[in-house]
Amino acid sequence: MEEKTILADPVAQKENNNVVVVDIKGLKKSFGSKKVLESITLTLAKGENLVVLGKSGTGKSVLIKCMMRLIQADEGEIQVLGKNISELKEKELNDMRKSIGFLFQSAALYDSMTVGENLEFPLRGEQKVSAEEKSKRVEEALQNVGLEDSINKMPSELSGGMRKRIGLARTMMLKPKIILYDEPTTGLDPITSKEISKLILDVQKKYNTSSIIITHDMECARITANRIIILKEGKVAMEGTYEELKKSEDEWIRSFFE
Amino acid sequence: MVDTVDKHTNGKSKEVPTVCEVINNREGYSFKSFFAEIGALASFTLRFFKEAIRPPYEFNEFLRQSYLIGVKSFGLVGITGFIMGLVLTIQSRPTLAVFGAESWLPAMVAISIVREIGPVITAVICAGKVGSSIGAELASMKVTEQIDAMEVSGINPFNYIVVTRVLACTFMIPLLTVFADAIALLGGFAGVNIKGDTSFSLYFLQVFNSLNFMDLFPSLIKSFFFGQAIGIIGCYKGYNCNEGTEGVGKAANSAVVMASLSIFIIDMVAVQITSFFM
Repeated sequence: MEEKTILADPVAQKENNNVVVVDIKGLKKSFGSKKVLESITLTLAKGENLVVLGKSGTGKSVLIKCMMRLIQADEGEIQVLGKNISELKEKELNDMRKSIGFLFQSAALYDSMTVGENLEFPLRGEQKVSAEEKSKRVEEALQNVGLEDSINKMPSELSGGMRKRIGLARTMMLKPKIILYDEPTTGLDPITSKEISKLILDVQKKYNTSSIIITHDMECARITANRIIILKEGKVAMEGTYEELKKSEDEWIRSFFE
Repeated sequence: MVDTVDKHTNGKSKEVPTVCEVINNREGYSFKSFFAEIGALASFTLRFFKEAIRPPYEFNEFLRQSYLIGVKSFGLVGITGFIMGLVLTIQSRPTLAVFGAESWLPAMVAISIVREIGPVITAVICAGKVGSSIGAELASMKVTEQIDAMEVSGINPFNYIVVTRVLACTFMIPLLTVFADAIALLGGFAGVNIKGDTSFSLYFLQVFNSLNFMDLFPSLIKSFFFGQAIGIIGCYKGYNCNEGTEGVGKAANSAVVMASLSIFIIDMVAVQITSFFM
């Protein structure tokens, strides 16, 4: 019997749609003479999963790195949770970053630490959180991703899918309001990819997080997206739900779904 | 470029490159990039001092790094120190024997080791072992986005990664130097007794009689600077690696080269300053 995949509901976000958590206006970024982002404008509503599609090199990862100020934007305004990211001082920026989770393409686990230490690491600056509470949060995070037994393993002992799960668990340690996923299913087999996509959906439902998901995996986009935008030549070429874009009259847009 | 008028080209302007332009046009090297690198390193060093005094203080990570940098290097430094003392004694004996000054051997070996050979050789060995390891480790952390991951967690990666390693190098290299000096003097004792018969107590009596505060103190002070240079250069090269996996190798390699060179430059300056006071 075929398993029925639970998809993100495009209309379920209506009650949250008035609350905008990310508002980007006229974002531009160039590297030397190469213009990567040319006037990107987008919004992310509370509790929404926004998938960003586009060919390689169209600046999808640059877009989310600009949101975290890992890369400094050349022009434009990025409002996250009502604050202009480019105007924040170092301490304010660090506080803001704690409200935003970031899952890296490679999961970026710290090689010299065990899984447990990796998960505890984001909490090291949180003096209000007791040691007991930290251990409890680590256990809960591992339960959420189904890897309770891996607490003492080193990252080198984990498979690609497990690393992504641990990466997601670490992202959730600070209970962020927004999560940015940089190609969460890249390099994984279709079954594990589907599991990660479901996990993204579970996190959204359980913690009411808002997410921007950069992906090339159309199955991941189908499962997780409330809304999709497609980038072309550094601009937003089209925006809509999975079904709307799939039926687009533009052949180039349709080619993503074939 | 300098415009000149060439008589043989009917007065047409011919461009003659300046010496700087010739050097600048050589592949992979330019004066501009050299000074840019020095500027970036100076700025990195200033940032280290700024971050080092700012909380949070990562004491546990500092202890871990001190263990990895210091304790794990004792074996290598000890063996090298022993051989250094032994060889120096064996090589010096014939020259002293010509002047009938073999009894000066312990004093000569002690001063050479404590003032110069001990600190410099220990620092050069650590530049190879520790500098390359820090450069490669930080570069791979950069390439695999682990440093970015710390930053997005709201944790200052510079404080956690760079400050702890530089401080560990700064405090452990002088300790290793003292250890290397002690083992090298033991090597010297073995060397003296290969062709002679000097008791342990007489050898060390002669060694300590020949040494004074101004032999030991400057060499310890300069080994602090050697340690700091190794730490800062290793971290700078690794932290600023941006060229993928190829950059990891380059970072490790250039960390060793630059740290070794800086050790000799610091040593030259230190000797000048010490001789001014002596």
